[in-house]
Amino acid sequence: MELSAAFWIILTGSLVAASCGILGSFLVLRKMSLIGDAISHSVLPGIAIAFIISASRDVLPMIIGASAFGLLTVFLIEILNKKWRVQEDASIGIIYTALFAIGVILISMMAGHIDLDQECVLYGEIAYTPWDIVIINGAEWGPRPVWFIGTVFIINILFIRTFYKEMVISSFDPALAMSLGFNVSLLHYLFMGMVSLTTVASFESVGAILVVAMLIVPGATAYLWTNRLPVMLILSVIFGILSSVFGYLLATYWESSIAGAMTVAAGILFLVSILLAPQYGLLGKFYNHLKLSVSFASDHLLLLLYRQLEREPQTLVIPGAVYQSTSTGRLPTLLALMKNRRDGRISKRKKHLYLTDSGKEMAHQLIQRHRLWERFASRELGLPDDEHVHESAHRMEHFIDENITEELYQVVNNEKSSKSKAKDKYEKK
Amino acid sequence: MMDQILRFISVSDANVRYVLIGSMLLGMAAGIIGTFALLRKRSLLGDALAHAALPGVGLGFLLTLSKSIVPLFIGASIAGILGVLTIIGITRTNRIKQDAAIGITLSVYFGAGIVLLTYIQRLPSGNQSGLDKFLFGQAASMLPSDIMMMSIVSLLVILIVIALFKEFRLLIFDQAFLATLGYPVHILDILLMVLVVFVVMIGLQAVGVVLMAALLITPAAGARFWTENLRSMIILAAVFGAFSGVVGTFLSSLAPRIPTGPVMVLAATMFFVISAVSAPRRGLAAKLLQLRHNRRKMQQEHFLRAAIEWLELHHESKAIPLKAFIGRTEMPISKLKRVTAWLIDKRMIKFSSSNHIQLTQKGYDKALQIVKSHRLWEYYLLYRMQLQEDHLHRDADEIEHILTPDLIDQIEKILQNEGVDTSNVVSVHPLHQ
Amino acid sequence: MNSGTNNNIPIEIHDMTVAYHKKPVLWDIDVTAPEGKLIGIIGPNGAGKSTLVKAVLDLIPKASGWVKIYGQPYTDMRSLVGYVPQKESVDWDFPVNVRDVVLMGLYGQLGWFKRPKKQHIKSAEDSLKQVDMEDYADRQISQLSGGQQQRVFLARALAQDAQIYLMDEPFAGVDAATENAIIKLLSNLREKGKTVLVVHHDLSTIPKYFDWLMMLNMRIIAAGPVKEVFTTENLRRTYGGKLTVLTEAADKISQAGSVHK
Repeated sequence: MELSAAFWIILTGSLVAASCGILGSFLVLRKMSLIGDAISHSVLPGIAIAFIISASRDVLPMIIGASAFGLLTVFLIEILNKKWRVQEDASIGIIYTALFAIGVILISMMAGHIDLDQECVLYGEIAYTPWDIVIINGAEWGPRPVWFIGTVFIINILFIRTFYKEMVISSFDPALAMSLGFNVSLLHYLFMGMVSLTTVASFESVGAILVVAMLIVPGATAYLWTNRLPVMLILSVIFGILSSVFGYLLATYWESSIAGAMTVAAGILFLVSILLAPQYGLLGKFYNHLKLSVSFASDHLLLLLYRQLEREPQTLVIPGAVYQSTSTGRLPTLLALMKNRRDGRISKRKKHLYLTDSGKEMAHQLIQRHRLWERFASRELGLPDDEHVHESAHRMEHFIDENITEELYQVVNNEKSSKSKAKDKYEKK
Repeated sequence: MMDQILRFISVSDANVRYVLIGSMLLGMAAGIIGTFALLRKRSLLGDALAHAALPGVGLGFLLTLSKSIVPLFIGASIAGILGVLTIIGITRTNRIKQDAAIGITLSVYFGAGIVLLTYIQRLPSGNQSGLDKFLFGQAASMLPSDIMMMSIVSLLVILIVIALFKEFRLLIFDQAFLATLGYPVHILDILLMVLVVFVVMIGLQAVGVVLMAALLITPAAGARFWTENLRSMIILAAVFGAFSGVVGTFLSSLAPRIPTGPVMVLAATMFFVISAVSAPRRGLAAKLLQLRHNRRKMQQEHFLRAAIEWLELHHESKAIPLKAFIGRTEMPISKLKRVTAWLIDKRMIKFSSSNHIQLTQKGYDKALQIVKSHRLWEYYLLYRMQLQEDHLHRDADEIEHILTPDLIDQIEKILQNEGVDTSNVVSVHPLHQ
Repeated sequence: MNSGTNNNIPIEIHDMTVAYHKKPVLWDIDVTAPEGKLIGIIGPNGAGKSTLVKAVLDLIPKASGWVKIYGQPYTDMRSLVGYVPQKESVDWDFPVNVRDVVLMGLYGQLGWFKRPKKQHIKSAEDSLKQVDMEDYADRQISQLSGGQQQRVFLARALAQDAQIYLMDEPFAGVDAATENAIIKLLSNLREKGKTVLVVHHDLSTIPKYFDWLMMLNMRIIAAGPVKEVFTTENLRRTYGGKLTVLTEAADKISQAGSVHK
């Protein structure tokens, strides 16, 4: 029983997370995360009114009530923003707090008459999911919330499959979509309707706050890992499911709210992604930065050794001196030294460093580039022919690849620079 | 019930008095700071901040195991500021946009807060912690010391804003310019942010984390409808906020089961709706009235122009048959009757017989001005904008109602410069002939 | 000129006024674009160049007047019109690749529900080839340079296979390679008899790039073959500041709020 209860809870959480994740990816891309936030709060009065009118937890009145209020939210925010010129974020804040307040008051007034209270609104009753069983003809058909949110999940998948192309174009370039004749605002409201439907299906089992979290966090997490939209959608589902599994484990460990713990798990996954995601993660960025620094350090190192040898061939360079005379920092210099020794450009004999032949060749190239840029800078950029050009070249030498070298050659070796040509032309007139 | 209301209104009960003063000051401070947040386009940052404060409340309690307001306040402030830093950190370090960053921070911090709260409720000492009051607020459960703190911080916030009003105003309007004047822009910006944090924190007990944002945003947005002046906007927002605070406290003290926060929010929303509908100029009602006024003005002016056009054709007569207007103004008879009545009221026309009207001197002058501006504009379009003649009339039809005498003079000068003779644009005999 | 049913005129703009928040920004534009020409639209900042293009495409409402495409309303002739928006108008962090973006040009042909098939992908890749971007088909758009982004947008418009192209500042902030690619493309389009309207900033290149010119400053100052209208006098009138009368009248209208519904 314990195990199967855990199973149903995790299944419910996963279905919520997956449904929200798919739609949420589009919310994030359309920069409408906060509209999602608003909808998931303001469906509450719809749910409460459906309770009052139908005096039951029937699904249909709840869907109607909640969807109506979901669309009303979007509509009112638009009116405030477009017609009354209230800033968009303020419009969102005004409308969702007002509608949510109405919902909370309705529920507080009815407390005792219905099995929904203020706290449940916020963080749900997912723990009771396994006991809310659908019974048809005396047979048990599994928990009701699973059926509800499972159906919504399938509808969401169908929605995105059917309107994938339209959703993509209207999210990426609404002006183009309109000029091609797509009804962008109809699609917008359809999408908002789907968000409302998903919200209401998730609401009573996981509460408003988990809906907000699941709408935004898995989608945003997936956005950090990929540049392909289909991959992003699948990743958002996976992150959602992971959040609900880990969240459940955390909740049993802490003996705390399951929905809250699932939110925390989603947050942890997001944090991990911020650190680890290959292209946009901090670690990836740090790695790229380090790689660049190492390549700078490597250039500096080669030049240093080369100049030293040019001046006094007999001088010996010890590694300690290298660290002190480069400006790129110890770690990049150390790594650059290791790399160059591995590549056979620098060798070490008796604690002293030497350039090998290939190292000399490399350094020579670097110096050529440096001088090329110096000439270019003094001629074309009009820099004074002193430290100015040297500093400029010092900065630029790392970035000059073969293409640019070629172009620089052409410019510098031309009889006259383009600038002086222009001057001639002007003077002729 | 009646008794309660009386006691509340008379403010004889010391506790009620304190709660009242406290929530009033809170509402004022929130309205004032909210105005700056709104104009700085940071409305929802307050929302994120309030949600993010919840785990701080939980930790403050866990560490001290006391309900004393000070550790909770400190915990909430730290968590709130961390929340803001998280948002900034997320948007700075990668490609997540601000809206998603706010949503992520808001929900994850809040989820962590819920985890802490449910954890605390299972502790032996946690049962009576009453921390769940922080979700939706309960003003009635505040202790005198809480109210004291709330009032002091509110007053402090209000005083700081008064002292730095000039700096904050320029910060919002033109930050770069303020910086060139040598003010420490970043410090001012941070100070403003810290003031938002303070207001949110003292509001948590009364309003709750979920809806605190409304107390910042809604009164300020409502005040915006009434005025273009920052000073009066702040005062109005403070008034709306104060009233919302009082109304919320009052109603929820009548029905203790209803939390204070939502009631305050609804009160603030009510002020917002009233403002949006009835404010002069920007309000809905004013706009509708203006629209109707313009429509009527246009109809009357069309009538007067028709009169002049008829007079131009009929030099021998001054009395114009009413039926001449039917074709010229394309108005239905019923409309025509009403327009006639308005113009008679304004003493611009009078009946010379039962079905003829005559222009008065006032009406004549006005009509002449209208026709002149209409025709000058036609000339203008013709000469300066090289429009085809068939396009002219429609455009002039609309513009004649809004061209001021100033503009007409300008246009006349432009045309004269182009060598157009404008002396004879209206060829009607004067009235007194 | 006003018959409104001339089927050989690619774009006929009749007496069009466009207002933002009730304040007119384009006054009584009345102009026709000749077929098969490269047409430049020039004017100072705030002259309403982009607005003109957007109003033709029905992206913003007109306060008055109408636009006809080969004698028919735009809504019936969408498939004949390709649009290249300013490249800043979209979020280049969006998770799609170059081929996906070019395929979007074909979504209009596809209509609701249908998905792109092999032949569509083929034609998208052909369009990419025309702007020298065939090697970038699988590249994520977030990794493109500004000029490459512009070329992707051009390829997308090419994929639409339209008769008329409206381009909003395609030359803004692009590299030399892209500029050459655009010029090549424009002359290809002219050879095929397409009509191309280009919002343009750089006055020095006008005689080189365009056959025809619309000079705009809240209203049409001059329109016609470059040789005839690209004169100092017209330039002075176009760039010599806004007409204060028009600006003031526009302010009055926006304050009154009712006129030009």
